[in-house]
Amino acid sequence: MFRISKKESFSKKEAISYRLIGFLIGIVLSGIIIAALGYPVIKTFISLAEGSFGSAIAIRNTISFLIPLSVTALGLSIAFKMRYWNIGGEGQILMGATAAMGVSMIMPASTPGPLMMIAMLLAGFVGGSVWALIPGFFRIHMKTNETLFTLMMNYLAICFVQYLYFELWKDPAKMGFPGIQDIPFKARIPYVSGVSLAIVAPLIIVILVFFLIKKTKLGYEIRVVGESEPTAHYAGMNVKKIMFVGVLLSGGIVGIAGAVKLMGSTGTLSSSLGGGAGFTAIVIAWLANLSAPMIIVVSFLIAALEQGAQFIQVRMGVPAAVADIVKGLILMSVLGSEFMLRYKVVVGAHGAKNKLDAIPSDKEEVHHVEPIVETKENAL
Amino acid sequence: MIGDFFSATGSLLSIVFSASFIASAIAFSVVMLFGTVGELITERAGHLNLGVEGMMLLGASMGYFAAVRSSSLFLAILFACVGAGFGALLYAILTVTLRVNQNVAGLALSIFGAGLANSLGSKVSNTSTPDNIAKIFKLKPFSLSSPSGPFLTFINKAFLSHNIYVYVAVLVAVVATVFLFKTRAGLELRLTGENTAAADASGIKVTRIKYFYIILGGMLCGIGGLYLPLVQQGSWTSNMTAGQGWLVVALVIFVRWHPIKAIAGAYVFGSLTILGFSVQLNERLSSIPIFNQYIMSMFPYLLTVVVLIAFSFRKKAWPGPKEIGRPYFREER
Amino acid sequence: MEPNIRKDTQPAFSMRGITKIFGAVVANEAVDFEVLPGEIHALLGENGSGKSTLMNVLSGIYRPDEGQIEVNGEIKDFRSPGDAIDSGIGMIHQHFKLAEAMTATDNIVAGMKKPPKNSIKKDDVLRANILRYASRSPSKTHPKINEFSSRFGIEFDPSIPASQLSVSQKQSVEIIKVLLRGANILILDEPTAVLTPQEAKKLFTVLRKMASQGCAIVFISHKLNEIMTLCDRVTVLRKGKSIETCNVSDIDAYDLVEKMVGRKINLSINKPDPDPKKQVCLEVKGLTYSDSKAVPKLDNLSFTTHYGEILGVAGLAGGGQKELCESIAGIIRPQQGEIMVDEERITGLSPRDITQKGVAMCFIPEDRLGMGLVASMGIDENILLKEYALTKGPLIRMKDVETKAEKIIKELDIKTPGLKHPVRMLSGGNIQKVILGREIHLNPKLMIAAYAVRGLDIHSSYTIYNLLNEQKQKNVSVLYIGEDLDVLIDLCDRIMVLCQGKNMGIVDSSATTKEEIGQMMSGTTLEELRRGVSYV
Repeated sequence: MFRISKKESFSKKEAISYRLIGFLIGIVLSGIIIAALGYPVIKTFISLAEGSFGSAIAIRNTISFLIPLSVTALGLSIAFKMRYWNIGGEGQILMGATAAMGVSMIMPASTPGPLMMIAMLLAGFVGGSVWALIPGFFRIHMKTNETLFTLMMNYLAICFVQYLYFELWKDPAKMGFPGIQDIPFKARIPYVSGVSLAIVAPLIIVILVFFLIKKTKLGYEIRVVGESEPTAHYAGMNVKKIMFVGVLLSGGIVGIAGAVKLMGSTGTLSSSLGGGAGFTAIVIAWLANLSAPMIIVVSFLIAALEQGAQFIQVRMGVPAAVADIVKGLILMSVLGSEFMLRYKVVVGAHGAKNKLDAIPSDKEEVHHVEPIVETKENAL
Repeated sequence: MIGDFFSATGSLLSIVFSASFIASAIAFSVVMLFGTVGELITERAGHLNLGVEGMMLLGASMGYFAAVRSSSLFLAILFACVGAGFGALLYAILTVTLRVNQNVAGLALSIFGAGLANSLGSKVSNTSTPDNIAKIFKLKPFSLSSPSGPFLTFINKAFLSHNIYVYVAVLVAVVATVFLFKTRAGLELRLTGENTAAADASGIKVTRIKYFYIILGGMLCGIGGLYLPLVQQGSWTSNMTAGQGWLVVALVIFVRWHPIKAIAGAYVFGSLTILGFSVQLNERLSSIPIFNQYIMSMFPYLLTVVVLIAFSFRKKAWPGPKEIGRPYFREER
Repeated sequence: MEPNIRKDTQPAFSMRGITKIFGAVVANEAVDFEVLPGEIHALLGENGSGKSTLMNVLSGIYRPDEGQIEVNGEIKDFRSPGDAIDSGIGMIHQHFKLAEAMTATDNIVAGMKKPPKNSIKKDDVLRANILRYASRSPSKTHPKINEFSSRFGIEFDPSIPASQLSVSQKQSVEIIKVLLRGANILILDEPTAVLTPQEAKKLFTVLRKMASQGCAIVFISHKLNEIMTLCDRVTVLRKGKSIETCNVSDIDAYDLVEKMVGRKINLSINKPDPDPKKQVCLEVKGLTYSDSKAVPKLDNLSFTTHYGEILGVAGLAGGGQKELCESIAGIIRPQQGEIMVDEERITGLSPRDITQKGVAMCFIPEDRLGMGLVASMGIDENILLKEYALTKGPLIRMKDVETKAEKIIKELDIKTPGLKHPVRMLSGGNIQKVILGREIHLNPKLMIAAYAVRGLDIHSSYTIYNLLNEQKQKNVSVLYIGEDLDVLIDLCDRIMVLCQGKNMGIVDSSATTKEEIGQMMSGTTLEELRRGVSYV
C-alpha cells in the first residue's frame, strides 16, 4: 500500500526536473495515441520538428505562429495572476482585430501609414479591453461567474464577426461573394528578410508585463488580489478598481494580438482570424507558470508544434489535429507532475524512521509551494 | 409601426408554436440534454469539468468509428462510452488524485478530446451511418398511425414522432432525478459535492464516488455527442459539436443542478439554436435586422449570459455544490 | 469516583507507538494511549501538542507513519474514516463536518451502512428503519431520529437545513451521527470551545449518560476545570509525546499544568493598571449592520474605549465581533451609526484613511492566514501590504521595507530562515507576530486585536499578551476580541459582552465571573442580571 503526504517545500532542481519529466510523459503518451491511430510515431515526430525548424521558411512560419500566441498568453497571464479566469482570449483577439479593421475603414485613405498603424493598434487595445470588461464588470460588481461569461463572449464575438463578414461589412467589390475588404497596404506590418516586424510586439510586451508584475504598485496589488481577496480588502486596497484595471490590461493586450495578426498576416477580418490562439494561449500561460519570460519560451515550443502540424498534414497526411492531442497531453502531464512538488508518495506504512532522520538535516535553498492549482473561489 | 410589431410577433409565435418547429427543437436538444445530465452528475460530485466539448467529440468520433466499422449499434454506444469515459478518466486522475486545478484540467481535456476526435474522425469522414443503424432511428416507436382531430395530430407531430434516442434522453433525465433525490446513493453523491470532508468522515468512499460519477457523467456526454454523426447528420464533420459542449456547462447552472429541469432547459437552448434557420424561411421576419440569422445565432450565448447575470442577483439562492473547484486532501491540516 | 471503570476489562482501544509526521513537523512521536469502556478520558495538551492529530489517526483521517491500533483487542489498520466507523469509533470534530445546505437528517443518514439482516437488537431495528425511510420519505425519518436522540437527552429539529441550526445543535447532530453508526468509542475534539458555560453543562450530562451505557469517551481539551469536573482519567500530551496518564482524582490542577507545559509557569497574566485619566479614544454610537443576505449582525451597538486600557469583547462565535472590527477598520459599511476616534468621525472613510487616523487592526481568522497576510509572500512583501500606499510614485520600493522587516524580525524575535521566506511556512506564533509587529509599527492610537492568540500554545500566547500590555502602557487604546473567558478576565480592564450584535453590558473584569459573562453571552443583559432575571 502507498499513501500520500504533503510536502512543505521543494528545490528549484526538483521543480525543473519534475516538469521536464511531465513534459516527456506527455510526449510518450502522445506517441502511444498517434501509434494507436495508425500513424508512424517516430516519423511523425521527426517531421514535426522538420516542419517547424527544418528550414528558414519553417522557422519563419513558426515565428508567425509565435507572435499572436505569446502576446495573447502574456495578456491572459495578468488576469490569471488575479485568479480571474479570462477564458475569453479568442473573442478578445477577434474584437481587437474588428476594432482595428473598423479604424482602417473609417480613416481617410490619405492618412499616413504609421499614423494609421498606431491608430489600429490602439483600436485593437480598446476593442479587446472592452470585450474583456463586459464580463469583468459583472464579475467585479456582482460576482457573476467569469469563467463561463468570458467563454460565451468568444462565441458572441465569432457570431458578430460572421455578421460583419456576411452582411454589414460585406465588400461590394467581391461581387456577391461574402468577405471584407483588405486593410490598406500601408497599414500592413512590413517584413524584413522574411520575418514579420510584428515580432517586436511580444518582445516589448514581455518586458512591460514583467516590469508591471514585479516592480509596480499595481502589479503588487494584482498579486495580492490573486492570492487572497480578503487580505487585499484588509490592506485597504480597492479590489474592484484593481480588478478593473487588471482585466482592462489583460483584454487590451489580447486585443493587440488580434490587431497585430490582422496587420501582420491575414490582412483582412474573418471569424477564423483567432484560429484557436485564445484557447492555446491559456495552455501556454499555465505551462509557463504565469511567468512572463517563460511564456515566450513555451510559446515558441507550442508555435513549433502548430507549424509542424501543418507540415505533417501536407507531407504525411497526418491530420493537423494531432497537434491538439500533443498539446492537451503535455498540459495534462506537466500539470499532473506538479503533484510531485506538493505531495510525496510514501510506499508502505512504515517510513517514519527515515523521515525522522531526515528532518533536521540541511539548510539548502528551498522554494515554497506555489499553489497554481488551488483556487477556493471557484463558486458558480 | 405598432402594427408591424404585432404582425412580426404573430409570425414569430406561429413559427415557435408550430408542430414542426417543436419537433425539430426537441431533436436538436438531445445532445445538450445528455450532456447536461452528464455534466450535472459530475458537478454534483464537486467537479466542474469544462471538457464537455472534448468528451462529446470523443464519444461522437469513437462511437461513429465503431458504427461504421462494425455496423453494430451496441458497439457504437459502447465505444462512445469508452471514448468519452477515457477522457473523463484522465480528468478524474488529474483533479481527484493529482489535485490539478479543475478549470485548467477541463480545458486541457477539451483540447485533447477535440484533437483526438478530429484525428480519428478524419478516417471516417467520407462515410455515412450504416443502413441497418440508420433504419433503427428512422422508426418512430410512439407515433400514432392515424391521429384523429387537430389536437392529436399536433401532439403526434410535435412530441410522438421521434426516434428512440430522444425518448432515452428524457428517460435518462428522469432516472437521474429519481436517483439523485430518492436514493441513498444519490444522497451520498450530493453530500460528497456539498462537503467532501463531511462525506469522508461519514464513512463514504469519496474518491471512489468522485471517479465513478465523473466517468459516468463523461459517458453520458459521449452518448449525447454520438447522436450528432450517427442520427442527426448521418456523417462525420470535424468539430461538429460546434460549441454545444460549452453551452452545456452553462445549462447546468441554468437548471440549478436539477436533471428534470434539464429537459426544459435543453429544449429552450435547442429551439434557440434552430430559430435562426426557421426565421429565414419567413419573408416578413427575415427582413427585420434583429432576425438576421447571424444575429440570431448569438441568442443561445446571449441567453446564457443573461442567465449568469440573473443568478448573480439572487444572493440567497443555493450557489451549487460547494466543493466545486476545491481539491480535497484528507490529511489537510 | 470511578463507578463505570472496570480495571479488569480489556481497553476499548489502545494505541501504541504512534508516530505521525507532517513535512518537517513531528506531530506525534511514539505516543501510547488507551481508554477503557465506560470511562471519560481527557486528552490534555496545549495547542500544537498533537491531541487532534492523535485522534485523527484513531478515526482514520490520518494514517500514522508508525505504530499500532487495537480496538477491543484486535489489531486494526484504518485506511479511511469508514474503516474506523466500522470498528465503532466516532469523532466529533472541532470544526463540524456538516453540509450546511442539507437537512440534519440527510447529514446524519448519508453514508450509514445497513445493519445485519434479521438482527434483533433494538438499535439495529431502529437504524434499519431510519435507513429504509431516509431517502424516500423524510417525514417518516425525522421522528425516528428524534426517538433515538431523546435517549441521550438530545433535542434538535432534524428536518431543517444544518445552516439554520445553532452551534450547539450542530454539535448534537454530529453526536447523533456517530452514535447512529453504532459508535461506542466517542472522541470529542474541544467540544466546549464553541459553547456557553450553560450549554457545556448540558453536554456533560449527555456525555455522562453515554459513559454509563458503556461508551468509551475521549474528551480533548485544554481547559483544566472541565477536565477536573467531567473526566475519570487524563492523559497529558506535550510536544507530540505522551507524558503521563493518571486518575483525575489523584492529581491537582497545578500539577497538570506543569505536566502540560513542561515547567512551572505563572498562570496569571500580569495586568498593569489602566490609565486613570480615562480619556476617550474610540466612540461607537448606535452601530447597526446587516449582511448581504439581510441577516442582522450588529444591532444598535454603542460603547467607548479609553486610552491606556484594554477593552475586551466576549461573545459566542458569529455574535458580531467580526463585523464590529470590520466596521471600525472601514472594510464594511454599517447601515446606521457613527464611529469616532478622538471625537473625529471616521465612518465612511476608506480603510487606508482610517489607518492614517491611527487605527490598526490585527485580525486572525480561523484559517490564520486568510486575512491580513499573503500566505505565499515573504515577511518583506507582507509588511509592504500596509506600507506601499504611503510612498509616492507608481513603483514599489523594496529597500525600505526590507530594513523595516529586519527590524520587526529582531524586535519581536520572529523565527524565520529569511525575510523572503513565505509566511505560511512559519509557525503559528511567528505568523501572528508578523501581523502584530506590522500593526504596532504603524504607531496606532487604537489597536484592534481579534483572536490574536488563536491556535497558539501557552508560551506564545503570553508573548502576545505582553505585546498588548506594552501597547497599553504606551497609552494605546486596545480592543481585544477573544474566545477564552479566563484570558479575557485576566487580560482586560473592562469586558463588553456581545450577543447577536447587541451590547449586553460592559463589566469590570475585576468584579465579574465567567458565569455572569456566560449568561450575558446567551442573551441576558447586565441590567436584567443585576435585577435577578435570567432566561437561561
